[in-house]
Order: sequence, then structure tokens, then C-alpha cells
Amino acid sequence: MGKRIGMEVGIAAAEAVGLCNIDVAAVYPITPQSHIAEHLSDIVHDGRIDAEFITVESEHSSISACAGASATGARVYTATSSQGLMYMHEVLPIVSAMRLPVVMGNANRAIAGPLNIWNDHSDIMNQRDCGWIVMHAENGQEVIDMTIQSFKIAEHADVMLPTVVNMDGFQLTHMIEPLEFPTQAEVNKFLPDRVPYATLHPDKPVSMGCFNMPEIFTETMKVKDSVLINSKKTIIKIWNEWGKQFGRNYKPVETYKTKGAETLILTVGSMGETASVAVDELKKAGKSVGLVKLRLWRPFPLEELRAAIKGCKTLIVMDRSVTFGGIGGPVATEIKSLIFHDKDRPRIVNYLMGLGGRDVTVEDFITMVERAAKKKDETYEFYGVRE
Amino acid sequence: MIEIRWHGRGGQGAVTSVELLALAAIEEGKYAQGFPAFGPERRGAPVMAYNRVSEKPIKIRSGIYKPDVVVVLDPSLVGLVNVTDGLKPDGLLIINTSKPAETLREQLKYKGKLATVDATHIAREELGVPIANTTMLGAVMKATKVLKLESLNEPLEERFGKIANKNKNALKRAYNDVKLAK
Repeated sequence: MGKRIGMEVGIAAAEAVGLCNIDVAAVYPITPQSHIAEHLSDIVHDGRIDAEFITVESEHSSISACAGASATGARVYTATSSQGLMYMHEVLPIVSAMRLPVVMGNANRAIAGPLNIWNDHSDIMNQRDCGWIVMHAENGQEVIDMTIQSFKIAEHADVMLPTVVNMDGFQLTHMIEPLEFPTQAEVNKFLPDRVPYATLHPDKPVSMGCFNMPEIFTETMKVKDSVLINSKKTIIKIWNEWGKQFGRNYKPVETYKTKGAETLILTVGSMGETASVAVDELKKAGKSVGLVKLRLWRPFPLEELRAAIKGCKTLIVMDRSVTFGGIGGPVATEIKSLIFHDKDRPRIVNYLMGLGGRDVTVEDFITMVERAAKKKDETYEFYGVRE
Repeated sequence: MIEIRWHGRGGQGAVTSVELLALAAIEEGKYAQGFPAFGPERRGAPVMAYNRVSEKPIKIRSGIYKPDVVVVLDPSLVGLVNVTDGLKPDGLLIINTSKPAETLREQLKYKGKLATVDATHIAREELGVPIANTTMLGAVMKATKVLKLESLNEPLEERFGKIANKNKNALKRAYNDVKLAK
């Protein structure tokens, strides 16, 4: 292993990309992702890696440049956040339909309006149906590891899908913490060169991303759905390979002290760490509480979630975004729907919290667990809202 | 675990201070976090930054509301910002000031542990600028004993290159000069 060092996580994300032998990066800076854009640009400019850094004028262009470069067979990276991701939205389903293994880092930030630059998950939740693999890092080490893993996952012959690694804006991107980097030789051993299925080249013309008539469009949509669902097997396989080589294990659904717990908290992203401290405190006070962390959001790891929540009476889902006019947050809504027919399914309590940078402390998690015990129904609540 | 809150003004290097302290702690093999009060940077406006240092991995990713230590980089913030807000009853307040401790106690109505040093004066003499962020790190090392003074050498050299020595001198002077008030 490389040395244990202190580094800002945004910078570390760029350093991790620097280890992955990329050919092209097209990144437009936006708070709180800017340090990734700046530092990756430095790495290329300083000649530390042999890659092209395309300075684009917008995120619509950065993702389009990535699509074009990826179609030629290049290994490609981009990063964005919030409005930048929203501006990419139009192109995201095209990248997945063309089976282009673009890897993206997304520094999660609230989407306007009103304008807000702080963390929540509304940016990525708005991209739910774009056909990308979507995963969430919980800490800086996971940002490094998952960035490297993502190239291998995205480019795998059984997957060939774009992949986005989410890291909470500020909470992770602006945090200086201890990190371990694998060496270049270790990454080279883990990550093979990309072997593209087809490449765009003027000497050997092919068509990609063709127009679909109604006669074929449904079939294309089914393939998009199946390939994303099937990618879970490869994702797990590659995570296991990572665990073997580096000793840090990754699963689609992580559990913490869940054994025999009557109540489970379910989190996505960096709040899982804070919630784990709340679980420790509640256990000390004699409460039967555990924690389930959803690492993989697309493809949705239903079997793994079922196994993780089996036997619990109450599942408290923490949503960092809102499904306006629906029934709460996207994570809870989805879980309710997926386990609707399950026998002995838990009662689901849903909190919408940590929106637009509202801090969520250990005490807040404890309050939410205590309050959930008194709730009778399955309605949702904006935790901490002032009315 | 020790939690530290830094008060400064935008541009005075509070974020650099928390970065250097975190890097030094990690250098020592400890666990640490350094982070700004997340938001748009505003030059001259009161800002805050935070450190956590621990022997064990740090899991908490929320802000710091009940610090063990508060560091005030800019003397003019006393009376302007509630610097003792949430400070633990046995906590420590470290202020860059040219005023006597008694005057500060009266001004802040504060009876807890207090350490003072005229870091701006030291910074002017050693660095030629009234930017006291690295200087105050020396006072923090002495008053809190959270880390070894030498652990800051490498982060300072990496950060400041040619002028690292000037910063080290300023830091050492503050380390020697800081006074724990009665």
C-alpha cells in the first residue's frame, strides 16, 4: 500500500483519477466540485499523466465531449455537481444507451431553486432513470477506492455502462482526513486497459447511437434495463477483487450492528458515519437499533436490502431529497414499493432531512429514532422544519 | 477526541490553520479532520473553521457545536462574534490579542481557561505581514498539547516552501510567548 496521508477529499478524488490511466477528462468547475476540476487539470498540465484535458464551456459540453471521446475507445472521466449535473441531464441517457463507460464524480449539492450550494441528494436523485450505475461513497477513502473501481466496472465487457460515484459536497469534498492511496503498480494490477466493443474511427466507419423506430425502441429499452440489472453481478465481483487485493471490502448494502435489531436506520452517503455513532449511543442506552447503508442505488440491490432488513420491525429511511407531491423522499418511496408484497415487511418511517446543507448531528439521529417509535403511520416528516 | 473551532476573517488563513493542524495530526499517526464552515468565501467577513483530532477513527461528519478549544485569530472579533458560544465548561479559549487577559475576561464575561498571545505583533516581525494563522498554531500547540510542535514541520515546508522557516520561527515564538491567564 501507499503511504497514509492527510488530504482534502476533493483533491484525493482527482489524485485517484490520476492513477487510472485515463485518456481524456472534460470537466467544468462548479462548487463544491471545483477542487476536483482544478487539481485534475493541474495533474494533466504538469505532465504527471498523458491525457487530454478538454476545457469546455459548460457541463452539457463536458458530458458530450466525454461521450465522443469514449466512443473512440478512450478512458474518460468527468465530474460535476448540482446544476452542472442538471445541465448534463439531456445527454446522460444517451451515454448509457450508447453503452459508453464514462466515469463521473458527482459532488452532491442541492439543486436550485432557490439557489443553494450546500449538500443534499436532489441532484443525483433527479437522474434516477438515466440508465447509469449510481453509487455513493461514505468517506474519503471510499471516494478514492470507488473512483478506481468504477473504471473497471464501467468498462467490463458484461457491463459497458457509465458510472457515477457520489460524494457529499463539502461534508466529503472539503474535508481533510487521513487517506491511503494504492501505488501506481497496485492500480495497474487491478485495472486492465479498456478493451472497447467498437470504436469510432474515420478509417473504419461505424454508426453509434442510431435513431430508433417504434419497431425497435421498446427492445432497446428492455436491453438498457436488463444490462443495468445484470451489472450488479459484475459490480459485486469487482468489489470482491478489490477486497482481496486491498483488504477493504465493498457491498451493495452495508450493515452495522443489525443483528437482532428491532429498529434499523437506513442512510445513503456520508451521513451513515454520523448515524453509526448514534447507533452506538442508542445501544449503550439499551435500545435495539442498527444501521443499514445503501451504497448502490442503481442497479437497486433488492435481494441484499431484503437480507439486511429481515426481521426488523421498523425501518427508518433517511432521505436527503424530496419527491415533491409524492409520498416523501425517493429512497423511502422506492423501498416501500419494492417490498410492498413482502410478508412481515417492516413499518417504514421516512424523514426528509439534511436538505440544502442543514446539518444532521448524532443527537438528531437519536431524536429521529426516538420519535419514530411513537409514530403510528407511515407518513413522512420534514425533520427539524420550522413552521 | 478534541474538537477545535477557529474564528478568523476571510483571507486570514483560518482554513490553512485547520489544514496544517489536521495534516500534522495525521503525520503523527492520529486521526483528524480539518474543514471550513461550508459556504461562500468572503474576504474580511467573520469565518469559522474546525478541527477534530482523535486517537481513534473519527465517524462524526456534522459541525462542531460544543468545542473543547476555541481559537481567535483576529483580535477585532472579540465582542463582534460570540466566540465563547458552546465552549465546554472546562474548555480553553486562545486569543490573539495585545490586551491583558483581565480586560478580555471583562469584555467577554468569561471565567474559563484563557490563553493569550500577541500573534499579530509576532507575525509582523517574523513574516512582515499581520497574518497570524500559522503563528497562532504555535500558541495552540503549547496551550492544548494536542500535538508535538515538530509534527508541523513537514506540512509547513510543503505548504510554504521557501518561507516555511519564517513561519516556523513565528510559530515557535508564539509557542514560547503564549500565556495561560489566571
